[in-house]
Amino acid sequence: MKLPRWFHMLGSPPYVYRLAGRLGPWLGAAACLLLVLGTYMGLVVAPPDYLQGEVYRIIYIHPQTAYIGMMAYVILAFAAGIGFIWRLKLAHAVAVSAAPIGASFTFCALVTGSIWGAPTWGTFWEWGDPRIMFELILLFLFIGYMVLRAAFEDRDKADRVSAILGVVGVVNVPIIHYSVEWWNTLHQGPTITRLDGPSMTSDMLVPFLLMVAGFTFCFYWLLLMRLQAEVVAREQGARWLRELAAEGRA
Amino acid sequence: MNEFFLMDGYAPYVWSAYGITLAVLIWNIWSASRLRRQNLERARRAALPEGPGRQAKVRRIS
Repeated sequence: MKLPRWFHMLGSPPYVYRLAGRLGPWLGAAACLLLVLGTYMGLVVAPPDYLQGEVYRIIYIHPQTAYIGMMAYVILAFAAGIGFIWRLKLAHAVAVSAAPIGASFTFCALVTGSIWGAPTWGTFWEWGDPRIMFELILLFLFIGYMVLRAAFEDRDKADRVSAILGVVGVVNVPIIHYSVEWWNTLHQGPTITRLDGPSMTSDMLVPFLLMVAGFTFCFYWLLLMRLQAEVVAREQGARWLRELAAEGRA
Repeated sequence: MNEFFLMDGYAPYVWSAYGITLAVLIWNIWSASRLRRQNLERARRAALPEGPGRQAKVRRIS
């Protein structure tokens, strides 16, 4: 199978390292801007919910962090799969970088959801709720991926074995997404991804989407930072890295 | 202003959720930049030709 040129470019560690270094700050700046603006609009400008009152304002962080966790896992699985099939070390580096970020955001989604559940559902935690359970499994998948890697001294072996777990676990992501349609759960049905458009008024939808964009930029910024770290760790002794270090830019 | 912080009685819920999210964001930024700095520092030290910064290459046999 012939692969396009950009694919080979993205297989080159110095190219990826520099590209990440150039893109990162812009993503970080965009993330800060969007998150500050979104938080302000969500907490101050947006009106209170007619049913839930002020507590609904968790809606500007809880679904977003949950979505980042799921996206992080899809990227992890996709990258691990590419790394496994084409033996591309950089793809494994992407998967490794996505794991701790995804785990932390999934944890955040579980905690903020729990805080939201207490006043609205009357419970912090419900073992019978499918979405909560599959979200918890997502957290365990991230942790499992990291623990499995740590069990191997040899990085190549860790790459290959952890990739299998990474790819298999991706079935969990669509289950989380569709859980509210497949089962009766405490969670509400889809609000944003509906065929007839989002069922949210625009003064709530705008900060909601600003926060989605802000967290997304933030995720990629963090991913690139970790990817740079991972590339440096994997390229110890490589000529380009020695030159970079000698230049003092490192 | 005070009303804003009280969140109509939901202050503990709203502010703890936002606080935890902020903490997660800060942890992510801190840990990612620390990891990059540490790995670059290690690469820099390994690239030094000689001198005090250079660490002896000892392979531990386990």
